Amino acid sequence: MRLSFILSEVRNGLRRNLNMTLAVVITVGVSLSLFGAALLVRAQVSQMKDYWYDRVEVSIFLCGPVSEAPSCSGGAVTDVQKQQILADLNSLKPLVQKVYYESKAQALQRFQQQFKGSPLAQNATVDQMPESYRVKLSDPTKFAVIASAFAGRPGIEDVQDQRQALDRLFRALGGLQALALAIAFAMLLVTVLLIANTMRVASFSRRRETSIMRLVGASNAAIRMPFVLEAAVAAFAGGVVAALGLVAVKAFLIDRTLASTFQFTTFIGWDVILWTILEVVLTGVALAVVAASVTLRRYLRV
Amino acid sequence: MIRFENVTKVHKGQQRPALRDISVDIEKGEFVFLVGASGSGKSTFLRLCLREERPTSGVIYVAGKDLTKLAGWKVPALRRQIGTVFQDFRLLPNRTVAGNVAFALEVIGKSSAEIAGVVPNVLELVGLEGKEDRYPDQLSGGEQQRVAIARAFVNRPQILLADEPTGNLDPETSIGIMKLLDRINRIGTTVVMATHDAAIVDQMRKRVIELESGRLVRDQSRGVYGSAV
Ligand SMILES: Nc1ncnc2c1ncn2[C@@H]1O[C@H](COP(=O)(O)OP(=O)(O)OP(=O)(O)O)[C@@H](O)[C@H]1O
Ligand SMILES: [Mg+2]
Repeated sequence: MRLSFILSEVRNGLRRNLNMTLAVVITVGVSLSLFGAALLVRAQVSQMKDYWYDRVEVSIFLCGPVSEAPSCSGGAVTDVQKQQILADLNSLKPLVQKVYYESKAQALQRFQQQFKGSPLAQNATVDQMPESYRVKLSDPTKFAVIASAFAGRPGIEDVQDQRQALDRLFRALGGLQALALAIAFAMLLVTVLLIANTMRVASFSRRRETSIMRLVGASNAAIRMPFVLEAAVAAFAGGVVAALGLVAVKAFLIDRTLASTFQFTTFIGWDVILWTILEVVLTGVALAVVAASVTLRRYLRV
Repeated sequence: MIRFENVTKVHKGQQRPALRDISVDIEKGEFVFLVGASGSGKSTFLRLCLREERPTSGVIYVAGKDLTKLAGWKVPALRRQIGTVFQDFRLLPNRTVAGNVAFALEVIGKSSAEIAGVVPNVLELVGLEGKEDRYPDQLSGGEQQRVAIARAFVNRPQILLADEPTGNLDPETSIGIMKLLDRINRIGTTVVMATHDAAIVDQMRKRVIELESGRLVRDQSRGVYGSAV
């Protein structure tokens, strides 16, 4: 089969069913956009995870003069106790990656920054703030090791894992991710069904051509090729629509709006967008080709 | 060229066979009429030759190949050796006369140069020179059938199967079509034609195979339409 002949058949087929072609392009465009958006949400959440889990610490709060925990019955933590805690932490290397000491003054500073503008920040005093050791673990899931070694020890008021708070947050985000993916897959299913139906209609409306092709001895591949290519071209066009949508999401939603509003995390970059576009376009074209081939196998009996 | 050995065909969901135990041998270069009442199995016979259908039992050889053993992917190659013509012409309305004939070559991958070379020849053979650029709806029925014959013959098949090619034409036009088929037969093409047209069969005096309810009841060289006693 000559290429120029196939191409002219494809062009004719697409033009003859212009409404149908447009419907496919738009549906594929919308569903691939949603699919792409779901992929972006996933990439963003995993980037946030990396960003935040990288920064989570275990906080060991030391007893102050007014602490009420039983382990603080001996009053504020002493210098000897502090040195002992630090030595014990250092002995837990390599699980303990880094240890920072945060003084009352530093704690106040951080507190005031966190609650900037609220009366809470203005009324806080240095003495109300706890001293603490901030511990960075090489494996953040091994919080229990630190907790069992230090919790309840004289001079230590409390041992807290920031990770637990993050886990709750990411469980919620995980639900969001799952929802986005479910919508995306539903849309992909719609795309497959629409393409299958389009092929059914197209093969019916061109049954005269295809029956002649069969009679004069055209191969199965030659008979199906124009249909499959039409589906692929329409899906590719839908993929381009989706690609434009994703570029718009990055340029306008992420870079212009989100990045300036939420400075507590980084956002996905252009590399992620480009990979997602590639993934989305390939998925669209592959789905179209498979859906078309399977349908034609049924409706274009050779 | 075409050989049926004890061929029986029962269509799916049918009780009565469309063809029963048919054995027949058609030599290269023969011209054969296939006659019989409506529903006697003529079209079924032709469809079996094209491997559009498979026999329920028996063996069919066409162009030296056992169709019951022919792999599916070899069917197109078989059909390239067989031209087919129908009562209803089956032309593409959006293509010209030349375009309809060229279509048969385009879809089997012939080059434009080759197509441009052979299409005018075959149109001249069927008597359509000067009408290359007309569309089917600008042609008479006889002319449309000539286009269909040109399309069937353009690839120079060894066999031409015609299923009531004159069924939609008046007697005079039918004679023209028969002359054309006769000429194609004289070039060396094996022609098998199913027909109800008694006048034509009687006039041509070719081999006649008669079917009745799927049974072969007559096989007569230089025969006539109605059973000669
Ligand atoms: N696809 C099919 N499915 C079921 N039965 C069929 C099918 N094709 C043909 N038949 C049956 O097979 C028998 C023979 O049909 P066939 O078309 O071969 O007859 P025919 O001799 O060509 O008739 P006509 O002269 O009217 O064209 C008929 O009884 C018909 O109903
Ligand atoms: Mg018939």
